[in-house]
Amino acid sequence: MELLLAIATGVLYAGGIYMLLRRSLVKMIIGLMLIGNGANLLIFLLGRITRSSPPLIGAEEKILSGIYADPIPQALILTAIVIGFGLQAFAIVLIKKIYAVLETDDMDSMTSTDLDI
Amino acid sequence: MNEPWIILPVVVHLASAIIMMLLLGQQTTVVRYFSVAVNVVGLLIAAYFFNQTLDGKVLLMKAGNWDAPFGIVFAADLFSWLMVLLTSISALAVSIYSGAAISYARTRYGYFAAFHFLIMGLNGAFLTGDIFNMYVWFEIIIISSFVLITLGGEKAQLEGAIKYVAMNLLASVLFLTATGVLYGLAGTLNIADLSIKVAAIENRGLVNLVALLFLAGFGIKSAVFPMYFWLPASYHTPPAAVSAIFGGLLTKVGVYALIRVFTLIFIPDTQLTVILSIIAGMSIVSGALGALVQKQLHKVFSYFIICHIGYMISGLAMFNYAAFLGTVFYLTHDIIVKTNLFMMGGVIRKLKGSYMLSSLKGVYAQYPKLSILFAVVLFSLAGIPPLSGFWPKIFLFQSAFDLQQYALLAAIIFGSFITLFVIAKVWAEVFWKNTSDESPEQLPVPIEEWTLRQKLLLIGPVVFLAAVSLFIGFGAEQVILVCSKIAAQLADTSTYVEAVLGQDYINSLKP
Repeated sequence: MELLLAIATGVLYAGGIYMLLRRSLVKMIIGLMLIGNGANLLIFLLGRITRSSPPLIGAEEKILSGIYADPIPQALILTAIVIGFGLQAFAIVLIKKIYAVLETDDMDSMTSTDLDI
Repeated sequence: MNEPWIILPVVVHLASAIIMMLLLGQQTTVVRYFSVAVNVVGLLIAAYFFNQTLDGKVLLMKAGNWDAPFGIVFAADLFSWLMVLLTSISALAVSIYSGAAISYARTRYGYFAAFHFLIMGLNGAFLTGDIFNMYVWFEIIIISSFVLITLGGEKAQLEGAIKYVAMNLLASVLFLTATGVLYGLAGTLNIADLSIKVAAIENRGLVNLVALLFLAGFGIKSAVFPMYFWLPASYHTPPAAVSAIFGGLLTKVGVYALIRVFTLIFIPDTQLTVILSIIAGMSIVSGALGALVQKQLHKVFSYFIICHIGYMISGLAMFNYAAFLGTVFYLTHDIIVKTNLFMMGGVIRKLKGSYMLSSLKGVYAQYPKLSILFAVVLFSLAGIPPLSGFWPKIFLFQSAFDLQQYALLAAIIFGSFITLFVIAKVWAEVFWKNTSDESPEQLPVPIEEWTLRQKLLLIGPVVFLAAVSLFIGFGAEQVILVCSKIAAQLADTSTYVEAVLGQDYINSLKP
């Protein structure tokens, strides 16, 4: 399972970076999404995947016993997914607006702010 | 001790931003006054807590009363409060300035709400003692800055915004990746706890890799040498008030995070020190050379940001008490002066109708009194003694001589020289030369046509920040006193770690 997840993470990062380097805005946003999902999977993987019980303390016990799953990475991923969702939604609206105003999807033609030095 | 009130600088801005969201589309005048009032309150709160921590105390807020490594803590030492105080001063000046500089249309679409969310995020990032919590504050900062940079939807703004958005999203992913790997390595997210646990990890290669990921993530945000190209492409596109808050504070929060992470968690080894030195030196040199060739006022200022970020990183690269003193002092001076610089640029543009150096001429002949004010701002930046930019450089020079880092020393001197040269060039072009015949991009509004409200709201904050930077220059003794305490805390982090974790927990970690 770890190996599978590690490969999936690597593929997501690689694909994300490849898409980020494209000139098209839509592909760039897709790249950012892929790389974001890769980061989430990475945190999940680094929180140790175990076949174990949920981290709940029974009524009679004082501390956790046996092997239990670490809840923190899941909390982190949940936060990161929500934040990523918001940012991606913004980015998609932004490229839609850019297409409406500049009538292009090509990063190379968005250089008017850099031209006259 | 649990001190829940230290969260106030965050809560005040959160509450006001929510109230402003409710007023969206109406009551724009009310919102303007309200924003200034909130910023005054924020400044008072920051000053109160700054005064509280002057004796080296670390104030702690434990969320849900959970003790340090288990719950999220806000750990605020003098460094945090100095940054919050400077943020509050800049925010107050910019909110007054925005009252006249930001159009009613932008205000109606939530300019001030986004502005207060941004200040909330900055304060949160400065106060938190948890690395993942810092990630969340950074996300709040970038999403509100996205709103501010795109608000208005002009062609240039959108072109600049897409570069800004893409690079910042990438930086966030790098930061998140680094945080994830760090949690996998050390099993904790509390910065103080990490400082103990990361030091004990034997696999130094992996630790250095994580340190580099943090360096790349924060480096993009603070616009250091190989990763700064988004900054000059985007910072000049929004209105001057937005550029002022971006130039003054957004890159500095990246520097703050770098200082925190590299003094507490990853103490730089030889290899990392070399990388930091190269980054610092190249940022100074390339930023200075960039400023040299620019033909527009606000683009010159954008390159100055990069150049002067290099100074702060150079202090981190030299990593001793005097260097930290220089870095913290430079940070203090730079936040105030850079904010003021962009506001001043906005005033000049309104007076002369252009940002182009070629069509900006003869300001001194037309407005001699204002020119004196602008001279204070410009020459503070250049660091002509006894103005504020001069003092921190002494400590950086001294530290570079002590460590025999002559390449870095050369870069610092070169950067200072070019800064001085460019400031002199700007002064000669904009203020001294005779009025040009070139027609400006927009209609110039001579000061006789300004209403009293415009005069007060646009020039008042520039005077205010110029007074603050004059204080930093002439009252350098007091500032050095505060900065030396911070530098001592950065050089020896054991007080911070002990205050956050408690002696019992630290003892329990020892084998």
